[in-house]
Amino acid sequence: MRSEEIKVCVLRIEGTNCEDEMYQAFRELGASPEKVHLKQLLGKCPADMKRELDDYNILALPGGFSAGDYVRAGAIFAARIKSELSKDIRSFVESERPVLGVCNGFQILVELGLLPAFEGTMSEHPEAALYTNISGRFECTPTILKHESRGKCIFTKRIEKGRMMLVPCAHAEGKLMFAKEKEEKLLAKLEENDQIVFRYVDEDGEYAGYPWCPNGSLSNIAGICNPAGNVMGMMPHPERVVHRYTHPDFTRTAADVNGAGDGKAIFESVIESVKRKA
Amino acid sequence: MVVAEIRIELKQGVADPEGQNTKKALELLGFKGIKNVKSIKVFDIELDADAAEAKKAGEEMCRKLLANPVIQKFSVQIK
Repeated sequence: MRSEEIKVCVLRIEGTNCEDEMYQAFRELGASPEKVHLKQLLGKCPADMKRELDDYNILALPGGFSAGDYVRAGAIFAARIKSELSKDIRSFVESERPVLGVCNGFQILVELGLLPAFEGTMSEHPEAALYTNISGRFECTPTILKHESRGKCIFTKRIEKGRMMLVPCAHAEGKLMFAKEKEEKLLAKLEENDQIVFRYVDEDGEYAGYPWCPNGSLSNIAGICNPAGNVMGMMPHPERVVHRYTHPDFTRTAADVNGAGDGKAIFESVIESVKRKA
Repeated sequence: MVVAEIRIELKQGVADPEGQNTKKALELLGFKGIKNVKSIKVFDIELDADAAEAKKAGEEMCRKLLANPVIQKFSVQIK
């Protein structure tokens, strides 16, 4: 399969606002992304605009404030997918096709039950929550992530374990939480299943509190994948650092300003894994 | 017609940054003796149904959208 044959569904509804960067990231790596409104998958649109989820190789849920983030961040988008597209999305994930959720996309995947999805493909009710940052504020800041996956996650195959990456975050609800009484058990399960993909660290690579961890997330977790490794959600925005020149420190490092940004490897990894599988 | 008052609150032990920030702001305004501030969300849903149906529908709404059981609990009161 050639890169341009890889079709990426960049899914949006009203309030999604990072679809352009997500589209561009896949586009620049040679894939064929398309911005698709949920209603196009549901057929609530003119006939020529109708799309089938099954025709795509990758599903990407971009950031934003879908449906105004009312009720809870991502909850309305998730409920709409669940009520009308549940079967399609389940078979998409079960066919081992990649699903990426960034920021609001991660919140949607958690509300949808596609993450962490300890049992089966999609849980009936959310098993985790991405709740208000401990600061109580919207946090818009570069964060340093440490790659923690031992090899399960298909979005980070090209990134060695332990590598640190600078990826910006911009969210008010990014604190990963489990039900208090199950917290320890479920955290151990994430670890055991190799589902923890990224953690927030300080400059020395140590797990540190605010502001290094912008939201107070459980065990500094910034991104997780499902047990199969084909669904990944993360709060920071890799699509904003595909190029070095969008890094906040791009004039202060020796790296080529026109070179790859730290987020690029995520998109390269997933494209490569789709190619290899085809 | 009935009104289902749906109250969504954080479970015991879940941090409430909105409540804490509000407490801080109130203290900055000079209010004294505030022991705790808890943020709670209430939806009033007008329904064309009898009380029993409305209660059932309200609870289903909580399970499908209005509450995340990991951090929140809900109650439905018919008015």
